[in-house]
Amino acid sequence: MLKYSLKRIGYMLIVCFVVITITFFLVHLIPGDPILAMASEVPEDVRVVYMAKYGFDQPLYIQYFKFMGQLFSGNLGDSLRYPGRSVAEIIKSCAPISAQIGGISLAIGFIAGVVLGIFAAMNLNRWQDRTIMILSLIGTTLPVFVIATLVQYFLSVFWPIFPTTGWGGAEYLVLPVICMLVDPLATYARYMRSSVLDVIGQDYILTAEAKGASNFRIITRHILRNAFIPCLTMLVTSISGIVAGSFIIETVFSIPGLGRYLISAINDRDYSMVLGINVVITSFYILTVLLADILISAVDPRIRLADNKGRGKA
Amino acid sequence: MENEFYSDDFRIIGCEEESGEAIGRAPINYWQNGWLRFKKNKVALVSSILLGLIIAMTIIGPMISGYKMDIAALTTRNKWPSAAHWFGTDQLGRDIFTRVCVGGRVSLLIGFLGAVIVVVLGSLYGGIAAYFGGRVDTVMMRIVEILKSVPHMLVVIMISIVLNSRSIPTLLLAMTITGWCSTAQLVRSQMLQISREEYVMAARIMRVPPLTIVLKHLIPNSLSVIIVNFTFRIPGFIFGEAFLSYVGLGVQSPNTSWGALAAAASSTVLFYPYQIFFPTLMIALTMLCFTLLGDGLRDALDPKLWR
Repeated sequence: MLKYSLKRIGYMLIVCFVVITITFFLVHLIPGDPILAMASEVPEDVRVVYMAKYGFDQPLYIQYFKFMGQLFSGNLGDSLRYPGRSVAEIIKSCAPISAQIGGISLAIGFIAGVVLGIFAAMNLNRWQDRTIMILSLIGTTLPVFVIATLVQYFLSVFWPIFPTTGWGGAEYLVLPVICMLVDPLATYARYMRSSVLDVIGQDYILTAEAKGASNFRIITRHILRNAFIPCLTMLVTSISGIVAGSFIIETVFSIPGLGRYLISAINDRDYSMVLGINVVITSFYILTVLLADILISAVDPRIRLADNKGRGKA
Repeated sequence: MENEFYSDDFRIIGCEEESGEAIGRAPINYWQNGWLRFKKNKVALVSSILLGLIIAMTIIGPMISGYKMDIAALTTRNKWPSAAHWFGTDQLGRDIFTRVCVGGRVSLLIGFLGAVIVVVLGSLYGGIAAYFGGRVDTVMMRIVEILKSVPHMLVVIMISIVLNSRSIPTLLLAMTITGWCSTAQLVRSQMLQISREEYVMAARIMRVPPLTIVLKHLIPNSLSVIIVNFTFRIPGFIFGEAFLSYVGLGVQSPNTSWGALAAAASSTVLFYPYQIFFPTLMIALTMLCFTLLGDGLRDALDPKLWR
């Protein structure tokens, strides 16, 4: 177990390094000039001074080593767009907002989706099952910005219950969370249902029934435990999806989160900001994948077994 | 015992040698079998017909509507759906039905081409990795894992900004550049699984050359998984394009797509809800059809799901 975890952590560090390197060169490939993006008319000598100040006059590889050196000492640099504010500071203020919306909506969506999926599978082909499946199918077919528009229209204009846009108290949280939980809710309901149906067909369920285990015990001990593992694996993908989903949600509801800052930073050619946000998002993502891998290997003994076997062969 | 049987109660009808060997019906191959099963699935059949209708509409729609998609008519701005304008008109007086049809071409094209690129690249990569195995496989799959670790939407946004163009090829490149990874993993695991099956082992024991095994067993048996994956990938690309259009990185005016239409209409939804309704309906219908079609194809083509 320890060896497996250590191996995963080492692997994670390599992935982090490669991804950051790729983003560094990608960001510097963006056509346009960070100084010109800030102010359209800059005298040539001023421009040169600024380029020297941020080190843009040096060859790219030297900039790269400087950036990596800074990164190892935990320094993400200063924002080009907002002079005097460090990237870390901006991220520190907006990342919790994104995490809050994403976390709450994923938690509600995941739990509700899993419960609905189990419920649908238990009532296979009855009206409850069909309703849940049709609704979840519709949920996955609507683009998130359309859902956002509809939710805004009904819950804040037609019936003015919640504020349309903005950020502040808990009432600002409701609409974005509703929009973001549709996708996980629908996905997990469908996924959990098919997963439960898979498990029900297994021999060990028959064995448990033959043994005379109670229905409740079969459901909680045998079906759910095994049907849950694939959903747990998928949760990792969803966590990375939080970031993508929040680009749109944060734009629609004007929420000062990570996604919105990233889009504006890319448009402003704010290199250090884009890189900083990228580093944070990627590390966060890889960290969750790592945690999930270790967690799943703890829950599901088959994975460790398969891994060892594979290594033996290679 | 009343119902006792005696040997002379039975009569030999006879069995000719040849008729014993005769096959009752013409043998059907895998694809004919799949088609027979698919035909019985009403939901999948209806959704494929609906898809056909949608595609036909995007092709011939602009001809029957009698309007040009990019001609503004300021006298007929923001008209609700009527006999003259079936889906109404937009802020510039352009016929929405025509625009939805033309936009559908772009959306469907991106969906199809994106899925084709991703599936072909992924299958080749996954197939090569599975075929060579060992160290080659390990290295190739590690590369895939690293590429997959970059958040997908981040890559799409970065690439479309780096290339600084909004044409369809650019959009496709941005969306497929890391999109093929999951297909590669899927195909590889499927091929590895098949190569462990008994019939492949039997073929190996009978000294069938590796290339023949790949051509006769590995590829045909992975094909169903690849086809199903293809169907499921198409809506993802249509969605991705809609997302990019909303952020302002999608196809640019005068060209349009369902996503661009819906995104443009979402700002005036309070006053003209029909403007967002029709493009969204088309996206939702297409997504629904491809999902149901994919489900149907999986049920029809996966032998493990046959009952």
